[in-house]
Amino acid sequence: MTEGDIREEILDILESIAPDEDLTQIDDGVNFRDQLELDSMDFLDIVMELRKRHRIQIPEDDYVQLASMKSTVTFLEPLMKDIERV
Amino acid sequence: MPKDFLKHAKDEYDVVVIGSGLGGLTAANMLARSGYRVLLLEQHYKLGGMATWFKRPGGHIFDISLHGFPYGMLKSCRRYWTQEIADSIVQLKNIRFDNPMFSLTTTFNRHDFTKLLTDKFNVAAEAVEGFFDKARKMDFQDDQQLTTRQLFDEFFPGREDVIRLLMEPITYANGSTLEDPAISYGIVFSNFMSKGVFTFQGGTDRLIQLMEAEINRSGVDVGIRCDVKKINCDGGRVRSVEVGGRKIKTRAVVSNANLKHTILNLVGEEYFDRQFVEEARAVRLNNSSTQVYMALKPDERIEESTGDLLFSSTAPTFRTESLLSRDITSRTYSFYYPRTRPAGRPRSLIVSSTNANYADWASLSEREYEASKQDLIETTLDALDKYVPNVRARIDHIEASTPRTFEHYTQHVAGASFGTKFEGLQVSFDIPKQIEGLYHAGSVGIIMSGWLGAMNYGRMVASDVDNLLAAAPAHATTKAVT
Ligand SMILES: Cc1cc2nc3c(=O)[nH]c(=O)nc-3n(C[C@H](O)[C@H](O)[C@H](O)COP(=O)(O)OP(=O)(O)OC[C@H]3O[C@@H](n4cnc5c(N)ncnc54)[C@H](O)[C@@H]3O)c2cc1C
Repeated sequence: MTEGDIREEILDILESIAPDEDLTQIDDGVNFRDQLELDSMDFLDIVMELRKRHRIQIPEDDYVQLASMKSTVTFLEPLMKDIERV
Repeated sequence: MPKDFLKHAKDEYDVVVIGSGLGGLTAANMLARSGYRVLLLEQHYKLGGMATWFKRPGGHIFDISLHGFPYGMLKSCRRYWTQEIADSIVQLKNIRFDNPMFSLTTTFNRHDFTKLLTDKFNVAAEAVEGFFDKARKMDFQDDQQLTTRQLFDEFFPGREDVIRLLMEPITYANGSTLEDPAISYGIVFSNFMSKGVFTFQGGTDRLIQLMEAEINRSGVDVGIRCDVKKINCDGGRVRSVEVGGRKIKTRAVVSNANLKHTILNLVGEEYFDRQFVEEARAVRLNNSSTQVYMALKPDERIEESTGDLLFSSTAPTFRTESLLSRDITSRTYSFYYPRTRPAGRPRSLIVSSTNANYADWASLSEREYEASKQDLIETTLDALDKYVPNVRARIDHIEASTPRTFEHYTQHVAGASFGTKFEGLQVSFDIPKQIEGLYHAGSVGIIMSGWLGAMNYGRMVASDVDNLLAAAPAHATTKAVT
């Protein structure tokens, strides 16, 4: 997956987690929490969804890396670059 | 011969969940959805734990713990359960307070509270905003030194009336006091303030029925009347559970039973570090409750203006001790209108709840106990007459429950209604570090209690279990994890 694919995948997961939010306006450099109504359960669900879809394990200490779209994609890139896009 | 409730249970599972409270149900559902083989065992004949109800002749259905929960339930139900369950969550719009300091009606959200505090209580807008912001930013990893009393003193020094407005409902909701860590208050309070108080349309019976259907769809095996006697551990790992004379092998156990009961009785202290056992022993349980259940005659109605939830008190000021005292001055009434169960027979019911100390009821003789219960009923009717005139003559059925009742039905030590005090959270979190494959998911630490807290905790623990099971090489018999 390219960084663009990973971004799409994250958007898809966010869509299922926060169906009421407008995700078209997301600013990649700004923390999710500051632009979406996300709480710690939502972040846990993002991690679970990544595990379920791609078998990626994210240790609890690394959850902070998922703060914004930009940091998330940067963090996931080495973990997901060898995954085929479906 | 007694029915064998374990007849369909296999000899081995990936996960055994002990207890079907909202935490246990949610953990079981999430793990089964992830493809694991899950067995859910419940000692009672009904699922739901304290999320429960009972029926009485005349078409009356009483809810025990359906007084109100935060909006967050909607999101959790949609994700961990079904859209149909989420769609039944509706707001309770009339929340009333009546005490010697003030009487008011509110929608119990930040907007309305801000208006009340500035206009009616004459608090500076900056103090109100500062307080709300500070409470909302609280997280359970934060500093635990600050007490709720200190939090209030920072923003509303000397304002006992403001403290009462902000604290009394939360004390009812989870037994927390002014002496508990401020975060246990701030998190729960902010959850409610985000949008107000919500309930489940159709009643607890409908919720649990829908959940039962969903766990069946997810593939959870369920055993009711299955009292787990022992969790067997060996070599630092969970191996099996003992129930109904059988030993069922498992890779992981999620205990939704009381935290202390899990550690000290179901497993046994010899399997844990001494230090850990000390900490587990030192965990303080939260208080218990009394309730009086009243059903009006079928054609009797309660005025809608009576409210959905009414925090009433005759005590001059707010004190934790007086909320717990057997000499009751404060009661929370839940009024259930026919709209609670639109599909059922139109009925009007009232449940009066108080916080209570187990010790005040535990040592009574049978005769004293019955007398004390009767006294609870009579004094409740006297107090309620102010809000529902002539209530005695309009009632079809009345009965009471006490800390002993709660203990009997849930096996919670000392009938604890809201799990443990704050320190229980750490002990609960640390269990898997002591014994591989052993987890606890149930009301602990104040913030992980209540319908929402228990459900979310069940979900968090399911994620941890999944992490463990996915990492360990799967058994040959394990289904592919999808
Ligand atoms: C009077 C009262 C009013 C409340 N009001 C509200 C409210 O308005 N809003 C709100 O959000 N919350 C309320 N609560 C709190 C809420 O009901 C609980 O926090 C929540 O339901 C607890 O869920 P839990 O997952 O911790 O498990 P519990 O409900 O405690 O269930 C544990 C289950 O485990 C079973 N079990 C225990 N030991 C064993 C064993 N050895 N083998 C098999 N099964 C076992 C028990 O039978 C029980 O079913 C109230 C509680 C009470 C008592």
